[in-house]
Amino acid sequence: MLLDLSKLFGNRKASKDVAKERLKLVLIHDRANVSPQFLEMVKSEIIKVISNYMDIDEGALDIQLTRTKSDDGDSFVPALVANIPIKNVKNSGK
Amino acid sequence: MSEVIVITSGKGGVGKTTTTANIGTGLALAGKKVVLIDTDIGLRNLDVVMGLENRIVYDLVDVVEGTCRVKQALIKDKRYEGLYLLPAAQTRDKTAVKPEQMIKLCNELSEEFDYIIIDCPAGIEQGFKNAIAGAGKAIVVTTPEVSAVRDADRIIGLLEANELRNPKLLINRVRFDMVKRGDMMNIDDIIDILAVDLIGVVPDDEKIVISTNRGEPAITDSKSQAGEAYRNITRRIMGEDVPIMDLDTGDGLFIKIKKLFGLKAT
Repeated sequence: MLLDLSKLFGNRKASKDVAKERLKLVLIHDRANVSPQFLEMVKSEIIKVISNYMDIDEGALDIQLTRTKSDDGDSFVPALVANIPIKNVKNSGK
Repeated sequence: MSEVIVITSGKGGVGKTTTTANIGTGLALAGKKVVLIDTDIGLRNLDVVMGLENRIVYDLVDVVEGTCRVKQALIKDKRYEGLYLLPAAQTRDKTAVKPEQMIKLCNELSEEFDYIIIDCPAGIEQGFKNAIAGAGKAIVVTTPEVSAVRDADRIIGLLEANELRNPKLLINRVRFDMVKRGDMMNIDDIIDILAVDLIGVVPDDEKIVISTNRGEPAITDSKSQAGEAYRNITRRIMGEDVPIMDLDTGDGLFIKIKKLFGLKAT
């Protein structure tokens, strides 16, 4: 009840939800033992390889470590999710 | 056959020592023979929380170095039949004990005791390695704060890497008024993140401060809410199936009614 009212007036998320979201993100990195610099390295290598075959929107490129359900479905495993907008496919490969 | 349980957390100040004292006392009150081992060498505190600080002659380091026999170093708690404390050394550091020595000590003590409860120091270094070496089970203590939950996650990973599978989570110092306002993570939030089994939830209770002031564990206080939670946890450790009670979850009447009708409690 209190929660709903504060949302109505303040439009601020309950602080416990903020805590939970921040924790989830920090734990993905902790568990995978991956630093932001490491992720940047992976990102620039991926750009390099893909650029050989297609024009991509580097500014909109998004690479994240996240969690996904494992194949057996009862545990979570880290996953690398890349969203790479393609501008144009180069024809040289044809 | 005895059970060796390590109480650990990663982060300091979340209630490892208080938990060790209360669970140990609870098990002794249930008629078990219990020894508490303080492995926080250099920063010992289990002795003061138990109110036994004036009775220390020998300590853990004396035992592993062979200065005395184990029995000489054990302090018998005269208030609770079957309860003993092996204090940590105060003037040495964590490197004074090795994991192999802890394994040997735990093996020796298991011949005599039903439960060996090990109070682990904060951190993930030598002291942690010593504390978990001889243990067969682990209880991870956390509080509903991002820092404590993050460290608990790290500790759970390290425990599993050291063959201490399926650690149990104890969520300490929960303030149900804040949970209701949405300003503190609730039990489901934390379990969802850490994905481990829960052994109990202990409410934030000023009686813990009072009992620590006096050196008398809160579990002996029938009016203490935290004491009640620790009594339930003790029974769960002994294998009883005690549901996480309303007192534990802090459900108000409204939520209880919602649950009654099968609606999702928020």
